[in-house]
Order: sequence, then structure tokens, then C-alpha cells
Amino acid sequence: MLQQQIQIKSEAVMNNSKNTLAGLAAALCMVLPSLVAAQEPIPNTQIVVEQPWARASLGTSRPAGAYLTLRNLGDTVISLTGLEADISGMASVHQSKTDANGISSMSPAGDIEIPVGGTVALEPGGYHAMLMKLQAPLIEGETFPMTLLFSDDTELTVDVPIFGMGARGPEG
Amino acid sequence: MKQFGRIAAVGAAVVVVALFFGWWQVDGPGAEQTLGKRSLPLTQMDFSLTDQDGKDVGPQTLLGQPSLIFFGFTYCPDVCPTTLSDISLWLEELGAEAKDLNAVFISVDPERDTVEVMADYISYFDPRIQGWTGTDAQLAVAVKGFRATYEKVMQTDGDYTMNHTSGVFVFDDVGDFVTTIDYHEPREFALPKIRRAL
Repeated sequence: MLQQQIQIKSEAVMNNSKNTLAGLAAALCMVLPSLVAAQEPIPNTQIVVEQPWARASLGTSRPAGAYLTLRNLGDTVISLTGLEADISGMASVHQSKTDANGISSMSPAGDIEIPVGGTVALEPGGYHAMLMKLQAPLIEGETFPMTLLFSDDTELTVDVPIFGMGARGPEG
Repeated sequence: MKQFGRIAAVGAAVVVVALFFGWWQVDGPGAEQTLGKRSLPLTQMDFSLTDQDGKDVGPQTLLGQPSLIFFGFTYCPDVCPTTLSDISLWLEELGAEAKDLNAVFISVDPERDTVEVMADYISYFDPRIQGWTGTDAQLAVAVKGFRATYEKVMQTDGDYTMNHTSGVFVFDDVGDFVTTIDYHEPREFALPKIRRAL
């Protein structure tokens, strides 16, 4: 609805050859505040995140992996649809697979359903948060916030502790 | 009481049979014949790579000691660091037993994994783990002997990832291929496999 509004306003502005920029700015000034308000995150209350952790990165050139377990305490099935983290210019859930010939591959996981009363683990060798385009290195001993996005437009932000590069699990 | 003893005996027998059956299927004579897929002995390989110190290395470098060899790349966020961590843990658990063991991580991504990168990367894991890399051509020869494979896969953002054989190859001190430890095999299976090569 709001996006439509913007589009209409933008088009109107674009059609007017005079004062195009000023008009556009005015339109944005009118619409932006309400747009921002509309995108206020709705916190998720049915998912509990257990044991988040990540491995320290070697600088910022390589993608880093992070792991956690999602527990669905609600009474509806919900899916993890995406990730956001300031430390990563591009974060998403990937899945590692090893086939019958022992060849491992990795690809985007798509939406992951978390069953009612059940858990889904992001763990080494399976699903993992793939943090690409690191904006800063992941340093052992520090933590970083990561936001999980769900299918009902809710989200949940967790602090992920960073363990050593050789860490094997949430115990370090 | 007597009844209980009998049940326990039957239970134990079932476990023994199950274990034997498992061994037969997986490692024993009943194992699926993967002739042509099984790694060559190191003595029949002929490849040349560069280690983390810039030294020329090849299969002959490994002879005289048992070896664990695995393929990966440093831009790999999940499987490779996990394998390196697993191997670090195995080496730790084997302690003095693994004193004379070669553990070598061979990069399948020569484009990004230079000698310097490999040296930096492996320094975060057990100091016994070496990192070898080379040119595309050298690597192609190396993987052939192990009957391993790798493939560059482009991603939507223009970056790429590598699909690759992720098991750990185990060789004894004369270079004969002993077994592979599959990715993420439980430690209770991995350690006995390594001990078979010691």
C-alpha cells in the first residue's frame, strides 16, 4: 500500500519536468516517516534460539559460518526465511551436503520449516548461517548481533559469541 | 536370575552379530567393491605441490610415516574448518601415538589459496597439519591419484565455491591406502581407522 503510494508520488514527480528533484525530495519526506514506522520489526515470541556460536574469521575476505538451534514453542509451524547481520554485507542460510561419493557441496538452503514443538539445528556439516562480505573480522571472544527473519514477518535478534577458528561446537 | 542371564546372553549375541554384519558390509569382504575409485598407493602417485613453507612436496614426502590427507579450500566456511577441527581433535586424542603422523590439507582452490594464505590458515589448527597448494595443473594430477574430485561452482553474487571430496584419506607408512574417514564420521569410528595405519 505504502509502496504503491510512493510509486504514484514518484511517477507524478517524474512526469513533472520542473523541480523534479525538489518534488521527489518532498514526496520522500512525506512518505518515509510512515514507511519506517511500518517496518518497525515485530519481535518473534514463539521461537527460542539456543546455543548460538560462530568461528573466528581470518580477516574479512572469507565467508564465515555461524550456528544455532531454533526451538518452536508456539502452536503454528513457522519458517526461517532469512538472516541479517551488520557484520555481514550478505547473510543467508546455506546447507552443506555430502553425497554418496563423499563429495561435499554447499548451496542456499531456502526457507526452513521449524515444526511445532520441534527444533531445527544449524550445525557443522548441515545448515549454517553463511556470513558473506564481512564488514569486520569475527574476533574470538567477541559477540555480534544477528537477526533471524521468519515467515510471519517477525524477527529475532541474538548475540552470537565468537569462538576460535578451530571450534567444534557451542562449547568452544 | 537365570532367566535374566539368558536374556543378557542373547542380547550380547545379537550385538556381536550386528557389529560383525556392519563390519562385513562397510569394511569387510562384503563391502561394495569400489575398484577404480579406491585411492592409489602413494608410491604409484606422481604429483608435485608446494607446502606452507614454499618447499616442493609430493607423495614421496609422505613415505616413512602414516598420513592423513584431505582436500578443501580456505574460503569454505563449514565443512573444511570442521574437518580441520576434527583432525586436530584426533591428533590430540592420539597424543604420542600420532607423533609421526603426516596430516596434510590440500587446497582445491589454487586461485585463492596461495602458499601464504595456506600458511596463515593452518596456523589456527593443530601445528602438525600442513597445507599444500599448487597450480591448477598440478592439482589436477594430484587429485587423480587419490581418485578425488573437485569442481568450481559459480554463485549468484559472482563469487564461487568448490565442491570437493571431503573424506580424509588414510595411508600407512609405506604409502598403502588404508581407508577413508568420511566427513563427520563419529570419533569412535575415526580413531580406530587411524590406528590401523599406525
